[in-house]
Amino acid sequence: MSFLIGENMTGGYGSADILHNCTIGVEKGEIAVIVGPNGAGKSTAMKATFGMLNLREGHVKFNGEDITHLKPEERVLKGMGFVPQTHNVFTSMSVEENLEMGAFIRTDDISDSIAQVYDLFPILKEKRKQPAGQLSGGQRQQVAVGRALMTHPQVLLLDEPTAGVSPIVMDELFDRIIEIARMGVAILMVEQNAKQALEIADKGYVLVQGANRFTDTGEALLANPDVRRSFLGG
Amino acid sequence: MTDIINALVVLANFLLVPALTYGSQLALGALGVTLVYGVLRFSNFAHGETMAFGTMITIFGTWGLQSMGVSAGPLPTALLALPLGIFGAVVLSLLLDKTVYKYHRQRKASPVTFLIVSIGLMFFIGGLVRFVIGPGDQIFFDGTRFIFSARDFKKATGLDEGLALKMTQAVTIVTAILVVAAMFWFLNKTRTGKSMRAFSDNENLALLSGINPDRVVLITWILVGALATIAGSLYGLDKSFKPFSYMQLLLPIFASAIVGGVGNPLGAIAGGYVIAFSEIAVTFAYKKVVTYVTAYEPESLVQLLGTDYKIAVSFIILVIVLIVRPTGIFSGKTL
Repeated sequence: MSFLIGENMTGGYGSADILHNCTIGVEKGEIAVIVGPNGAGKSTAMKATFGMLNLREGHVKFNGEDITHLKPEERVLKGMGFVPQTHNVFTSMSVEENLEMGAFIRTDDISDSIAQVYDLFPILKEKRKQPAGQLSGGQRQQVAVGRALMTHPQVLLLDEPTAGVSPIVMDELFDRIIEIARMGVAILMVEQNAKQALEIADKGYVLVQGANRFTDTGEALLANPDVRRSFLGG
Repeated sequence: MTDIINALVVLANFLLVPALTYGSQLALGALGVTLVYGVLRFSNFAHGETMAFGTMITIFGTWGLQSMGVSAGPLPTALLALPLGIFGAVVLSLLLDKTVYKYHRQRKASPVTFLIVSIGLMFFIGGLVRFVIGPGDQIFFDGTRFIFSARDFKKATGLDEGLALKMTQAVTIVTAILVVAAMFWFLNKTRTGKSMRAFSDNENLALLSGINPDRVVLITWILVGALATIAGSLYGLDKSFKPFSYMQLLLPIFASAIVGGVGNPLGAIAGGYVIAFSEIAVTFAYKKVVTYVTAYEPESLVQLLGTDYKIAVSFIILVIVLIVRPTGIFSGKTL
């Protein structure tokens, strides 16, 4: 039983199902990556574990507790963090204010957590007074991840964290994500850059049309000729 | 040289001071409109009437205090009654939110629906105000009339022209500065204020961060009720309280909010002064100024537009801004 698991999830945003009996899970301190072709329901599967769509069947369990019917905000209180793909920072607010808002549900002192985020992303400390909207794409993603980390989540969901950033920035972001996982956080992410993502993944899920096609360790998926041919471009 | 100074005094007395006063009133009004737009995401046409309602309660409070023999010395008694007026306007706003706006918010109605709903409420509140206090003029100003009069000024400086500063003008400008400062402190320094800005900036992310939308809406209406009452009462003290004039104030207030960049508090304030200065500068008769400066007395009043067309100035500025720079001076949309 995984730390966070969405089991046999079936459902969608409207009447048509996008997910068909799809199972996604992640362990503490591990990185799980969801890859697959466009429109495979990668983001949808992840959002389903966060309660952003209605499941007709299946359930989501977090730390052994059934959270299928909790709202996203309630899941944040339980210890889940979510970084949306777009619109994931408060553009008109400074970097520091973004982090403060990330910790909104906390009533204790948050300065330690802010310092921790600055340690992880030193560039943010330099830019802490600057509106997040004025930062580069990679820096914005760092703010977005930093904001989600402010509640000390036990699970961090990342929706294409490297979308639209350069390969160098992508490598750096992946390094940071590994670092976060080493702190004991379970990381579930959706990635377009399948090859690079599977290289750092402990577990990989290949989805096709809303259903699991392959599930294995990242390494094994990279070595699997079927996966290579169909999804990794040879 | 004295001629130039006299010309400047004329400008200060008839243009600068009145425009600063009127601009402060518009700025406070526009701040309320911009808050609703930023947080609740619709253009609140009922804002002018909310101002009238809050002012009406303030007037009742003033009368009550006056009948009890309470006064604020040289300051208008209405200032003491302001908290009561604010309370009234806040209660009204929250009541209308609970009974009307909330229903549409839950159904995720489009901003146009909200706008039309607010027009309906505008008529409702307007009718309520005229029903309770009547459509006539109410003068509720008391205390000292002038801080210094034109005659005092002439005597002190020996100039031909006088510069007067009315108590209401000074009170308006000082109050506006205090309120705006408090407002910016609240939005930028407090946790609640920041959460309002966050909600205005990105509603979904704010929800994800655990910001309670009901609380943000509640605080917004409290602030809007307070701003509306203060703006309305200052306007009523300075001119006079006439329910219909508050409906007409809606246009310059919206022009101010849009010129500054709707949703942007700084823009609302800048916009208020831009509109006020333009209205007064365009309808001002420059005859005296020209006479002093050129030593030649023009036959006409040297007035670009009659004061009856004052409202047209806001309209023209509004149209120009919407064509040339629709986001306003400070690009709006967020708090």
